[in-house]
Amino acid sequence: MIFERRLLARDRGAGVLEKLWQIPWSFVLLLCAVAAVGYVALLSAGGGNPDTYAQRHAIRFGFGLVLMLSLALVDIRLIARFAWVGYLGGIALLVLVLLHGNIGKGAQRWIDIGPVQLQPSELMKIMLVLGLAAWFHRASWERMGNPLFLIPPAIAVLVPVGLILKQPNLGTALITATVGAAVFWAAGMRWWKFAGLAAAAAVAAPIAYERLHDYQRARITTFLDPESDPLGAGYNIIQSKIALGSGGLWGKGFLQGTQGHLNFLPEKQTDFIFTMIAEEFGLVGALTTLAMLTLMVAFCYLVAFRSRHQFGRLLAVGLGTNYFLYVFVNVAMVTGSIPVGGVPLPLISHGGSAMLTVMLGFGLLLSAYVHRDAEMGPMRE
Amino acid sequence: MSWRPWGGPGVLGGERTVRKEEERRRGIFTRRAALLGAVQLGAFGFLGTRLYKLQIEEGARYATLAEENRVSARLFAPPRGRILDRQGKVVAGNRLNWRALLVAEQTADVSATLETFSRIVPLADHEKARIEREVRRNRRFVPVIMREFLTWEEMARIEVNAPDLPGVSVDMGTTRIYPETEHLAHVVGYVAAPAEADAGEDPLLQLPGIRVGRAGVERHHDRILRGRAGAVQVEVNAVGRVIRELDRREGIPGQDVQISVDTELQKAIRAKIDEGTTAVLLDARNGEVLAMATKPSFDPNIFNAGVSAAQWRQWTASRSTPLINKATNGLYAPGSTFKMVVALAALEARVCRPGDTVHCPGHLDYGDTRFHCHNRNGHGGVNMRTAIMASCDVYFYEMAKRVGMDRIAAMANRFGMGVDLEIELPGTRRGLVPTRGWRQAQGKPWSIGDTIVHGIGQGFYQLTPLSLAVMTARLATGRAVQPHLTRAIAGRPVRGSRAEDWPSLGIPENDLRFIREAMWGVVNGGGTAGASRLPSQYGQMAGKTGTTQVRRVTREQRERGFNVSQVPREWRPHALFVAYAPHDNPLYALSVIVEHGTSGSGAAAPLARDILVETFQRLGPTRPGQRVAEAGR
Repeated sequence: MIFERRLLARDRGAGVLEKLWQIPWSFVLLLCAVAAVGYVALLSAGGGNPDTYAQRHAIRFGFGLVLMLSLALVDIRLIARFAWVGYLGGIALLVLVLLHGNIGKGAQRWIDIGPVQLQPSELMKIMLVLGLAAWFHRASWERMGNPLFLIPPAIAVLVPVGLILKQPNLGTALITATVGAAVFWAAGMRWWKFAGLAAAAAVAAPIAYERLHDYQRARITTFLDPESDPLGAGYNIIQSKIALGSGGLWGKGFLQGTQGHLNFLPEKQTDFIFTMIAEEFGLVGALTTLAMLTLMVAFCYLVAFRSRHQFGRLLAVGLGTNYFLYVFVNVAMVTGSIPVGGVPLPLISHGGSAMLTVMLGFGLLLSAYVHRDAEMGPMRE
Repeated sequence: MSWRPWGGPGVLGGERTVRKEEERRRGIFTRRAALLGAVQLGAFGFLGTRLYKLQIEEGARYATLAEENRVSARLFAPPRGRILDRQGKVVAGNRLNWRALLVAEQTADVSATLETFSRIVPLADHEKARIEREVRRNRRFVPVIMREFLTWEEMARIEVNAPDLPGVSVDMGTTRIYPETEHLAHVVGYVAAPAEADAGEDPLLQLPGIRVGRAGVERHHDRILRGRAGAVQVEVNAVGRVIRELDRREGIPGQDVQISVDTELQKAIRAKIDEGTTAVLLDARNGEVLAMATKPSFDPNIFNAGVSAAQWRQWTASRSTPLINKATNGLYAPGSTFKMVVALAALEARVCRPGDTVHCPGHLDYGDTRFHCHNRNGHGGVNMRTAIMASCDVYFYEMAKRVGMDRIAAMANRFGMGVDLEIELPGTRRGLVPTRGWRQAQGKPWSIGDTIVHGIGQGFYQLTPLSLAVMTARLATGRAVQPHLTRAIAGRPVRGSRAEDWPSLGIPENDLRFIREAMWGVVNGGGTAGASRLPSQYGQMAGKTGTTQVRRVTREQRERGFNVSQVPREWRPHALFVAYAPHDNPLYALSVIVEHGTSGSGAAAPLARDILVETFQRLGPTRPGQRVAEAGR
C-alpha cells in the first residue's frame, strides 16, 4: 500500500515538496472517486442535466480539494496550538446563528456568508474534536483518572450541544455529543464513568421529558416514531424504502429510477441521495458506495494508529467517528432503520456547507498524517 | 497521584518514566480505538445486511409484484392557466382532448402492439415511426402518445379491444386553443412541445403531449401558466391497467393571466391595415399595450398539432415574415418622428432657445456635401415650433450639429429607444441608436456629416414601432412609462397600472409643453398632418409625421424631378406617424408604420386618426376600460 512510504523529514524543517510527497495520494484518489459517485448521482437527481446539481458539486469539490491540500501542509503543532481559537470561533458562529440565522425547516440553522450558506453545527463538530484533542494530548493515564481534569472538556462538549439543541436540532446535538464522547473514550476516561453517565442519563430522561412543553414532547414523539407523522418525515422514509426495495440487485439503470424521477422521493439531491443510487444501481451500487465510504472512515483509524503523538491519534479517531456517524445515520435513515433526518452523505449529497466542512476535516486529518512523527512536547502527569 | 487537576509544573521526570508512560497510554489508546473501530465496522456491516434484506429479500417480493401487481407512479398535468384579454374574454384556453397512450414497459413487443392498434385505429407509417422513435428516446415508463383527438367511436373500439392492447390506455388531456386565431398571435404567442434541452428541470415536461409556451405571453408567463405537476401512485396489473390508487398528490393548477390588449379593438385595427403595416397603441398614462397589430400574421393553433414541413417552409420563405412580430422585431429608421428628441436634446444642452430662428434655403452645406431639405424651395426663417410643424430638415441639421450625436442618443435612450423595454414578449429587439463610440468600436470614424444626417432620424437608427409608441407616451406624460401587457395574474392586479407607478423623466415641464404644442400644431395648426384632424367630439390629436427613404435619391433623379409614384412599390419610402390624444389630457399614444406607404402625412396619419376614432368609440374618451377578470372561472 501507499502508506508504506518512509517519512523523509522528521522535523519542522520539512519543505513543502517533501510534505507533498508525504500526502497519501491514494486516499485523495479515493475521495475523488467518492465525489465522482456523488456527481453521477446528482446528475441523475437533476434528470441528466449537469447544470441542476452536478456541475456545482464538482466545482465545490474542486475548491474543497484545494482547501484540504493546503491544510495538509500546515504544521500539526501550529494547529494544536491554535485549536482553542477554532473552538471558540465555532461557538461564536453557533451563537450568531441563534441571533441572526435564517430559519429553515422550522429551525435556525443557517448563516449567509456572502454567496454561501454555512451551517455552524457541522463546523462545530470538527472544532470540538480539535479542541478536545488539544486538551487531552499531553494527559497521562493517571491524569485521565482525575475527575477535576475532565470537567473543563465536559463543559466544552455541553456548551455547543446546548446551543445546537436550542436551534432546535436534536439529531445534530446527539451526534455532536457522541463525537465528543468518542474522544473522551479514546483519551482514556475510565469505562465505569461512561457506565455511570449512561445510567444517570437513563434515569434523567423521563424526568426531563415530564418537564418539557407539550410541543417539545410532540417533537420528540415524531422524532422517535415517524409513522406518527405520515405526511412529514414518515412519508419520506416510506417512499425511500419503496425506491430502495424496487432497485433489486442490479438496479433500474442510470436515469431509470421511477421513484426518484417522478418526485415521490423528496430531498433526493440531499438527504436521500443514497436511495437514488440504490434504486438506479441496485444492491451492487449501494454496497460499492458503502464500501468506499467505509474505506474513507478506515483511513482515519489508520492515521490514528500511525501517529506518534496523542494529539494526532485523538484528532483522527474523533474525525473518523464524525464521518462514521454521517454515513451511518444517513444510510440508516434512508433504509428506515433509525428515525433521524437532515444528515447529508459526505462528498455525495448536494450542499456547499457540508462539502466545505467535510473537506476541512480531511485537511486536518491529512496534516496529522503528514506530521505523524512530529514532537509534541512532554506529557503531563 | 498529586492534586493538580490542570496546569502546574507537573511534567513527568526522567526519560525512562516518560517512555514507559507513553507506551502505556498508547497501548490503552490502541485497544480502545480498535474497539471503537470494530463497533463502527459492525455498524456498517449492519447497514449492508439491511440493504441486502431490503433489496434482495424484499426485492424478490417486489419482483413478484411486478408480475401480477405493481406500484407505478404517474404524473398528471394540471390544467394550463388561461390568457384573458382586457375585457375578460378568453384568448388562450383549453379544450378536452382524448388520447391513446402507450407505456413501453408494459408491453412485451412494441411493434406488435402498434400493429394491433393500427388495425383498430389506422396509423400512417410516419406515425408509427414517430411512436417508435419516442419510445426509444424516452424512459420505458414514460407514456408516449399514439393518437390525439380521438372520436367517441375510436375510444370505444380501443376499450373493447383492451385485452389485445397491453400498455395502451386512453386518457383525457387538454389541448390549447386560441379562439382569436391570427389576430392576437404575436402577442399571446403559442405553445409547442418542449425543446429537449428544457426536459429535466421540471418533471412535468416529461409528460406525453405536454406543451410549453414558446413565444409571446405564453412563453413569458410559462411558469405561472404551467402550474406544478401532481402525482399519483397506483397499483397496476401486468398490462398496465390501474387496479387501485395508493397515494395522490394534487398539482398546482396554472394561473390565469389577464393581458391589457382589447381583442375587439385589435381586430378592428387589423381590419384597417394592409400587409406590411404595423400599429402599436398604448395607454399613454401607464404604458399598457391596448393593441399591437401587424400584418401578416399566423394561426397559433397550427403549432399545437405540430407544424408540417410545408407550412414551415411557406412561413419562413415568405418575404412578408408572418411569424415575426414587426411591432417588437421590425426595425425602421424613425425619420422625422425623431425630431422631437433632437429638439429636447438641444433645449436641454442650451444650444438654442425655442424662439431662435434658423434660415432654411432648402439645403445645408457642410464641407463638400449638400444636405437637402424635403422642401427644395426652402422654408425661409423657421423657429423650433414651425420647424416641427413643417418638418423642416435644415433646422434639425443645424440643431444636430450644435448638440452632437452622443447627447441626442442619450435623450433617445431616455425616451425608450435603443434600450431594453422589458415588455413581456421574449425576443423583443432593443433596436439601435448610434453613438460615436458605437461607430468607432466598428473601426469607422464618425464625422459631423453623420451627426447632421442623424438629426432628421435617418442613418443608422434601427427602431421598433413599439419604441416609437413608447417615445410618444413619454412625450405626452413626461413619465418613464414602460410598455407592458400583464394586467392581472390569478385575478390579482399587478403593479404599474397607475400613472404614479412610473417615475418622472426629469425633463423640464416647460420644454415638454413646448414640444407638445408644436405636435398639436402639426395636426391642428397648419402643419404636415392637417388633413388628419380628429372629429371634434373626441378632442384634438397631437402628432408628428415621418417619411423615410429606403433607397437613396440620386442627383440625377432629383434633377429630372423625382416622382415616387413612378418607381416600384418596394422602392417607395416608408410612411410613419406618431400621435397621442386627447391633446389636453393624453389617454392614448400610438405609432403607425406603413411600409412603402410613400408619405407619413398621406398614408400613416389618416390611419392613425381612424385608429384613434375606433379606440375612443370602444374604450371611451375618459379612461380605457378597467375590468379585471375574476380568478379561476
